[in-house]
Amino acid sequence: MSLRLNRLLLYLPLIVITLFFLLPLYVVVVTSFKSFDEVSLQRMWQLPSGINFDNFRLAWEQLAPHLWNSIKLVVPAALLSSALGSLNGFVLAKWKFPGADIVFPALLFGMFIPYQAVLIPLVQFMRTIDLYGGLPGLILTHVIYGIPITTLTFRNFYAAIPSELIEAARIDGAGMLQTYWNILLPISIPAFVVVLIWQFTAAWNDFLFAVVLTNPSNWPITVALNNMAGSQIIQWNVQMAGAFLAALPTLLVYIFLGRYFLRGMLAGALKG
Amino acid sequence: MASVTYNNIYKSWGEVKVIKDLNLEIRDKEFLVLVGPSGSGKSTALRLLAGLEEITSGELYIGDRLVNDVPPKDRDIAMVFQSYALYPHMSVYDNMAFGLKLRKMPAAEIEEKVKEAAGMLGLETLLDRKPKALSGGQRQRVALGRAIVRHPAVFLMDEPLSNLDAKLRVETRSQISKLHKRLDTTFVYVTHDQTEALTMADRIAVLKDGMLQQVDSPQVLYDSPKNVFVAGFIGSPAMNFFDATVTGSPEEMYIDTGGFRVRVPQSYVNALRGYGGKKVVFGIRPEDIHSARFTPGGVTGETVRGKVDMQEIMGNEIILYMDTSGSSYTARVDPRERAQIGDEVEVAFNMENMHVFDPETEEAIYA
Repeated sequence: MSLRLNRLLLYLPLIVITLFFLLPLYVVVVTSFKSFDEVSLQRMWQLPSGINFDNFRLAWEQLAPHLWNSIKLVVPAALLSSALGSLNGFVLAKWKFPGADIVFPALLFGMFIPYQAVLIPLVQFMRTIDLYGGLPGLILTHVIYGIPITTLTFRNFYAAIPSELIEAARIDGAGMLQTYWNILLPISIPAFVVVLIWQFTAAWNDFLFAVVLTNPSNWPITVALNNMAGSQIIQWNVQMAGAFLAALPTLLVYIFLGRYFLRGMLAGALKG
Repeated sequence: MASVTYNNIYKSWGEVKVIKDLNLEIRDKEFLVLVGPSGSGKSTALRLLAGLEEITSGELYIGDRLVNDVPPKDRDIAMVFQSYALYPHMSVYDNMAFGLKLRKMPAAEIEEKVKEAAGMLGLETLLDRKPKALSGGQRQRVALGRAIVRHPAVFLMDEPLSNLDAKLRVETRSQISKLHKRLDTTFVYVTHDQTEALTMADRIAVLKDGMLQQVDSPQVLYDSPKNVFVAGFIGSPAMNFFDATVTGSPEEMYIDTGGFRVRVPQSYVNALRGYGGKKVVFGIRPEDIHSARFTPGGVTGETVRGKVDMQEIMGNEIILYMDTSGSSYTARVDPRERAQIGDEVEVAFNMENMHVFDPETEEAIYA
């Protein structure tokens, strides 16, 4: 009996908190199905009068090219920063060079630099190297900004792997890159899942770098979504449909890969 | 096939010297065991030979080649690790083949070598399995197999049996000894277990605090340990030591521990002539203290009475923890003794097998 009561006391607040967190999503979803006339403050909590996908069609027309930009941005950015983080993590954890203990904190320091602080020099730098306005410059920025967190994650993951494994490979005749490629990379999948999801989400959700570094034709979806609301009358129903479309990829990634994400985090934290 | 020579080898970690002036010659085809307590530097000595640690100073030779700056893969060695260090994502076959593939050996030849090693170790049916689907003993054999396929000049083993249960450890011990005979190459084997050292080694090198204490065959180490440390480390249960005084005359010389007095046999009198009235460390192994009632034939013991503090019944013998007027010691006696805790019993010290050490240097005083 008391066990049941305990359960209830545990789950009731959890459910309440969950519902609270889901409120904005509820508003987004119901509004995205409403017609323009239905959208008002008085009726914002009410369900739509019917299901129609016109808003989504309209939002899609405006956002589709930018959705494609986002994909062209996020896939290389996540892959490159994960690959670099993995290599960094490997040499910092298992193939230590003189000075590794200085390089690692210096790399981590990058995590604590606020985006806003580097915007102006960043734009100037991108102009100088002729990467301003297009996606390659934005990809480069995300890759570099991702290196600290990806390096940290991989370093911790590799630190938990027994050094004898690396030593066995060395005696077997493997050099640094062969050891990485043949021994460490195949067993790093849990860490890659974590880092890829993390970087995918970070680059997908980014607004600030994208808005200062890209031309309108290269805008990723976050910037384009913001600009849909630019005219005098805001079509909240279309806006919400667009917001839902923009959030869908990261949502799907978490729904389908979330458990691998958690598993990977724990694999690094608890045991190799 | 190769010998190994450590020539004035030092290894330091910053200020800490973990190997101090190691001089050791390991003969071709020898089974040499490096033994010592943890922190003695035995693993470091092996890792220097493997090339996994850099030598601080001195020269290390494999055969007549100076290998100080030769990377591990070019030293013609193979190593078996304590944790086995099998590649978790590779099958047993690939684990064994990995080193050969890196050396660009033709696939047909690799297959032949892996099959041969698998046959030797009884792994033929397991070649497709991943390490996690193997038992501890099987993993251990794969680790051996990975070393065997390479046909190295020197085999290095770092506590390869310490992760096995007691029964398997005894079995694998003899398996490794047989493997040594069959492969006919040099083995360097690290362990903290003196039983492993005694049962497997051609010669044992005892290390303590980074310094080599003694190198010799197991029987010589047991019979004539050079100092108190080796005497206490080799043999189980460990040798009994007493702070004692040499008393009496050369005609009738005694060792007096304060708790009891035993007569020094004639064979030892000359060695102790200069120690009359002085302090020494007197050592005697538990197996040289018999029950006075069941002393084996040919042994004439010096009898001592003592109280039984504790006993361990082993079946074939009883280990008695004795106390004689404040001097405590261990005795391995005949199981028919049937002493009870608190009983007063009479034991006989076989003084022909006594040991005496200088209390200052802790070096043995030989008869």
